[in-house]
Amino acid sequence: MLLGGNAAMADWAVNMTQGVTEISRQVYDLHMIIFILCVVIGIVVFGAMMVSMILHRKSRGAVPATFHENTKLEYLWTVIPIVILVVMALPATSTLQDMYDAGESDIDIEVRGIQWKWQYTYLNDDPAKEVRFVSSLSTPRDEIENRATKNEFYLVEVDEPMVIPINKRVRFLITSEDVIHAWWVPAFAVKKDAIPGFIHESWTIVDEPGIYRGQCAELCGKDHGFMPIEVHAVSEEDYEIWLAEKQEAARVVYETIGKEWTFEELMATGETVYQQSCAACHQLNGEGIPPVFPSLKGQGLAVGPIAAHTDIILNGKAGTAMQAFGTQLNPAQLAAVITYERNAWGNNLGDHIQPSRINEILSGGAQ
Amino acid sequence: MITEHPHDSHGPDKGLMRWVVTTNHKDIGTLYLWFSFLMFLTGGVMALIIRSELFQPGLQLVQPESFNQMTTMHGLIMVFGAVMPAFVGLANWLIPMMVGAPDMAMPRMNNFSFWILPFAFGLLLSSLFMEGGAPNFGWTFYAPLSTDFGPPSTTFFIFGVHMMGISSIMGSINIIVTILNLRAPGMTLMKMPLFVWTWLITAYLLIAVMPVLAGVVTMMLMDIHFNTAFFSAGGGGDPVLFQHIFWFFGHPEVYIMILPAFGVVSAIIPTFARKRLFGYESMVYATSSIAFLSFIVWAHHMFTVGIPIAGELYFMYATMLIAVPTGVKVFNWVATMWQGSMTFETPMLFAIAFVVLFTIGGLSGLMLSIVPADFQYHDTYFVVAHFHYVLVPGSVFSVMAAVYYWLPKWTGNMYDEALGKTHFWLSFIGINITFFPQHFSGLAGMPRRIPDYALQFADFNMISSCGAFLFGFSQLLFLFIIIKTIRGGEKATEQVWEGAHGLEWTLPSPAPYHTFATPPSDLNDAHG
Repeated sequence: MLLGGNAAMADWAVNMTQGVTEISRQVYDLHMIIFILCVVIGIVVFGAMMVSMILHRKSRGAVPATFHENTKLEYLWTVIPIVILVVMALPATSTLQDMYDAGESDIDIEVRGIQWKWQYTYLNDDPAKEVRFVSSLSTPRDEIENRATKNEFYLVEVDEPMVIPINKRVRFLITSEDVIHAWWVPAFAVKKDAIPGFIHESWTIVDEPGIYRGQCAELCGKDHGFMPIEVHAVSEEDYEIWLAEKQEAARVVYETIGKEWTFEELMATGETVYQQSCAACHQLNGEGIPPVFPSLKGQGLAVGPIAAHTDIILNGKAGTAMQAFGTQLNPAQLAAVITYERNAWGNNLGDHIQPSRINEILSGGAQ
Repeated sequence: MITEHPHDSHGPDKGLMRWVVTTNHKDIGTLYLWFSFLMFLTGGVMALIIRSELFQPGLQLVQPESFNQMTTMHGLIMVFGAVMPAFVGLANWLIPMMVGAPDMAMPRMNNFSFWILPFAFGLLLSSLFMEGGAPNFGWTFYAPLSTDFGPPSTTFFIFGVHMMGISSIMGSINIIVTILNLRAPGMTLMKMPLFVWTWLITAYLLIAVMPVLAGVVTMMLMDIHFNTAFFSAGGGGDPVLFQHIFWFFGHPEVYIMILPAFGVVSAIIPTFARKRLFGYESMVYATSSIAFLSFIVWAHHMFTVGIPIAGELYFMYATMLIAVPTGVKVFNWVATMWQGSMTFETPMLFAIAFVVLFTIGGLSGLMLSIVPADFQYHDTYFVVAHFHYVLVPGSVFSVMAAVYYWLPKWTGNMYDEALGKTHFWLSFIGINITFFPQHFSGLAGMPRRIPDYALQFADFNMISSCGAFLFGFSQLLFLFIIIKTIRGGEKATEQVWEGAHGLEWTLPSPAPYHTFATPPSDLNDAHG
């Protein structure tokens, strides 16, 4: 369905990418103009120094001149830089104006930074058709910890990429759940801080299909280096097919909430969810990294009353890194992971919770 | 006047208590410089831990949480513990000798401002051994990462910063009062050496912005412990407000770390070019302009926080303007070298490297001021390369140049020129191998402050790490050279350098414990 292109990676070696949007090419040109001007200035200044260091050395018998202060020269070397700066400022101003000219968008995507993943919501006037998913690093721990060979897209690959159509104006509404993150895709020349309490706007029109990768660009805690961005730009038809599939999948998930899950089903799903959403802090063995990330093995809420355990998973704990997963995971995933935590690593409480119960709690039902 | 026991015949106290109770500007200068060197090595070890982890992709040496503590502590220690105290140390040693004063204006306060520092950094470093670890939110400690999500040791960090701030403010007051009140009769402001001028301006910057830093960490303290919500969106506060306040301090802070360096280089280049500084007055005005501009450009560190276009344009234009006075300085140094009669002793080598590499850092700074391009550069290794170019071969090289230049005056012995030059070349090569490739990895898209990276950045990181080890270990040679010089060596003359001008060179070498008890009368040569 998607083009497996990595052409954008090819010219990433030593210079800024030209990118795949009108804006990103303007930015690249601007970067090259300033860069070349700086190189020329450097050559002139360092050239003069080199000449002086070769010719005017005592070992060659140079006798020091006595000149100092020359008003004309000093005016000259004040005015010339000002002229150069104006020459730089003009194209920079016009590019910036183009970037800030948002206009009417075709697609609105809410981008929400959450320690340490991105949640994308394709806004739709009809809430039933709203697609929401979390996109997190898919590189296996074994590659990070050097137990397996690193693949080509090491650390810049995700489980579920953002998908957008080409030639459409896509608006990103960028915000954060916890700390400040920054959503950056170099190929679009889009970098915007995701700040809790703010919704910032950015936009792009991609003209080439492909896979474009970026990373979080603002220090956001422990796994700042492990929250990549992957955007698949596809043809409009492919986008519509993808969107329809996602909407259908959302509907199916909704239906699974009603059914009665077996303990084994919950444990199996729970293990997957735990690895994706919990293991970064609480570790695969459940022992955490105390005192910042508490152990779940044989202690704390995971072996306490199930109501309190459910509450912290759904609503998080203010002032800590423990997030509110109620909005990130679907009820089936939530029920599964709670069940898993209560029965893994020798916790063996034997109890479980059903997705339907989670749904009741989320929709305001009493605990 | 009492003639039988002239004041300057009193030597230092005996034993270790000399250093604890001293009010002598030379002793305190020495304390500051050694403290700074110790911090330089401490922060350097952290830098080498960072570079070791980044030597190749994958996690090998440290886990991400320790990595973040290393980047944070490295930044804090280098900025507040190494660079700033080094310049205060130079100020203590040199300003009284340069303006013909017997000592600093407030000697007891001088002692106090130094002795706060070991406690401040003791507090900060002790957090490495606390439960939850040291601060891990970057030296810029952006809220809410540092408030709602910070480790318990954040409080120690806040008190540490408060103490450093008190120390800096007291030090600055002392420097300003000394310069304004203790100049030898007849020394007008425009007869002062540029090092004194740059420090006068720097001291005003410190007094203006250290209280702002104290304010912002106090607001953090309130948010963490007293349930206020200055920076918490959930309580009606504003995380971006933190950045505005921080950078209102932070931008002048970077000039605090570079203006005294300008002063050092403006003393050394004329000496070894055997020619007067080309434009003394324009250097003074350029320094003042840079200091003024430093207050009105802070948001150029925050181009991606969503500032409206009018704000972005203003901060871009204002930032670009800094290139003008900075250019004036660089052109002046080049014009001073032009048609001089140059020799290339170690201080001159460091000073020339300063001009070249600082200019490279300045030019990448100009690139960063261009907002649309900054969207691509921001928070990447391009920024890391930029500020390390202005801080390491900038500020740090100027301190090394100053040490080689004035060490004969301080100790009475010449340093070993061959070793000095070796130290220079190892540092020069090491620093460029470390930081030049970071421009490329940044442009290619590598974000800063990450413990592990995508494979396309591997080669540049490996080169960078090799350079860092070369630079780091070369500093042990620096330590060896300094100790060797203190312990002996060829005796230095009064003037030390053939082309040296200024009052400090009229004193014997080593400079006696008390100098200028009687103000000097011949001031014609005071600023060289």
